[in-house]
Amino acid sequence: MSLHKQGMTRRQLLSQSAVFGANFAIGSGFVAGRVEAANWALEVDHLTSETMATLIQMARDIYPHDQVSDAYYAIAMKGYDTAEAAETIEANIAALDAAAKGIGYARYIDVGWERDRVDLLRAMENSPFFQQIRGGLVTGLYNQKAVWPIFGYEGESFSQGGYIDRGFDDINWL
Amino acid sequence: MTAPFDLNDDSVVVIIGTGAGGGVLANELAQKGISVVSLEAGGRYLPEDYINDEWDSFGQLAWTDPRSTSGDWRVAKDFSGLPAWIVKAVGGTTTHWAGASLRFQDHEWKAKTIYGDVQGANLLDWPIDPREMDDYYTKAETKLGVTRTGGRAGLPGNNNYKVFEAGAKALGYKEVHTGRMAINSAEYDGRMACQQTGFCFQGCKWGAKWSSAYTDIPKGEATGHLEVRERCHVMRIEHDKKGRVSGVVYVDAKGQQHAQKARIVCVAGNSIESPRLLLNSASSMFPDGLANSSGQVGRNYMRHMTGSVYGVFDKPVRMWRGTTMAGIIQDEARHDPSRGFVGGYEMETLSLGLPFMAAFLDPGGWGREFTTALDHYENMAGMWLVGEDMPQETNRITLNHDIKDQHGLPVANVHFDDHPNDIAMRSHAYKQGIAVYEAVGATRVFPTPPYPSTHNMGTNRMSEKARDGVVNKHGQSHDIANLFVSDGSQFTTGAAENPTLTIVALAIRQADYIASEMGKKTL
Repeated sequence: MSLHKQGMTRRQLLSQSAVFGANFAIGSGFVAGRVEAANWALEVDHLTSETMATLIQMARDIYPHDQVSDAYYAIAMKGYDTAEAAETIEANIAALDAAAKGIGYARYIDVGWERDRVDLLRAMENSPFFQQIRGGLVTGLYNQKAVWPIFGYEGESFSQGGYIDRGFDDINWL
Repeated sequence: MTAPFDLNDDSVVVIIGTGAGGGVLANELAQKGISVVSLEAGGRYLPEDYINDEWDSFGQLAWTDPRSTSGDWRVAKDFSGLPAWIVKAVGGTTTHWAGASLRFQDHEWKAKTIYGDVQGANLLDWPIDPREMDDYYTKAETKLGVTRTGGRAGLPGNNNYKVFEAGAKALGYKEVHTGRMAINSAEYDGRMACQQTGFCFQGCKWGAKWSSAYTDIPKGEATGHLEVRERCHVMRIEHDKKGRVSGVVYVDAKGQQHAQKARIVCVAGNSIESPRLLLNSASSMFPDGLANSSGQVGRNYMRHMTGSVYGVFDKPVRMWRGTTMAGIIQDEARHDPSRGFVGGYEMETLSLGLPFMAAFLDPGGWGREFTTALDHYENMAGMWLVGEDMPQETNRITLNHDIKDQHGLPVANVHFDDHPNDIAMRSHAYKQGIAVYEAVGATRVFPTPPYPSTHNMGTNRMSEKARDGVVNKHGQSHDIANLFVSDGSQFTTGAAENPTLTIVALAIRQADYIASEMGKKTL
């Protein structure tokens, strides 16, 4: 994802940001990968950047793939940054943070172990909010063409003449 | 007369639907010089339009008009508004089908006699002798260019097949091969050979897989006796004072309603829409819907016992490369009650792309149990299990008056409960499917629940006696002589085999009957 907020580079933006959770840098109106290697940032217009960072963490906790960058989870969550959705999303993330307080953390994003965060999600998995986020991810994450190569999936093949000369029967370990 | 035909032309045969049943029937009648108006709810898409992308293709082709579901089947929970994965387009579900083209086994035509009384099942023998079907099956195989029939070669096995075959042979299975497929292994009927592209479910962009969309439909149109009106949704079938059908009312793409007169009406809208249309055509003379004196319209809905098994291996398979349904194990298709169920099942390779695997592997699943499966997508092999399910009177299509479609018509509710025989067969099939993959070193296996139905059957069933079903042995309704059913809804029982070849064979046979009766002036 590229970043073009007020003409600033990602590096300039990061200089104005605070570390949030393990992986996120947040500033006024944006969330970004904390380390330089992450190389992504997402502007938010309606949600707070804290809420978007929490949504991205929640998305990863629902469908954790360690080889998939936060950038793709961020893309999957970007659609919730709308005027219509913001109020409900903020309220539900506030409830998630309140649940985290119940086990001794300030916010969901501060819960260090994935298994503890998953316990919090498991307790709400039948809620409309959880199901909305989970259901949306099925296409929002896995239907990103840029994600497919990470899983080895090759996608469209017609334009390359199919696999008749490209390994449809190349298995060599049987 | 030649196409196009006038709305007031009451000499035409009106066929509703252009898939395996309606599309073939339309061409067969047109070839005999009979005037046909085909009404198709969907648009016309050809190989150049098909999309090698699962969700984009679904958006292009799938029938996504509202429907509702009920019953204990898992589809009602996982996909409550999508009971079936079928197509709304010229060519119907022949754009989407995998191409498996298997004849019924002889005993499957006589399920009630052979299986005996099965508690809770509404079994009946087909009113057809299997020998009557031999020539029609041959004609259907010739039309479709089915591999491993008529001297046509089999398709080559892809990676997914090779894993499947190795496991099958390790288990001692004998009837294992790359299938009898309506996919060209060599150029045939002006269509090219399979290029092992994958995406068979998304419409074959080479035209190597048979679909009525680019075979029977244009061939019929070329005679001048067939007019296809696309994006025309039939709302109801009308009848005269004598109780004979007289035409149909349909709504076109602009929302305009038209009435087309007809000498004969043939319903071929798939096993959900066909009974829905008969029920939505209720009148003061036929208050329970057309052709429904038996009360069987919409009942005995069958969808095949289905399930899938995916296996993960320690090395790559890349199952998506090549033919989607690339091979079959037929050893379990026999009727052998010692396994704990009547009827049998086929095991057929299947692959899904990553997007559909995420949606269908374990609907609703999340967390690392789910995601570690997808992490090894490249190392997965897959198979589909498809077997005979029991007809039950309570599994049925009804009108849901609480939900209306875009035309203001009550939608279909699809109710399905698994029969104990279906459950016993599925358990056996999962066990055998898992064994196939474990025999070649699978490190993890997934007994995957049924997808939305692709094989929809039985809701206007054939019967010898009018009280037991909706249509006779020719698909002609018992109640109304000039009303026919021409799709899989006429199936008396479902057999273990993928239904398309039988739908095509019955359509060819029905065309002969209709032409003969028209010639005798009895229709």
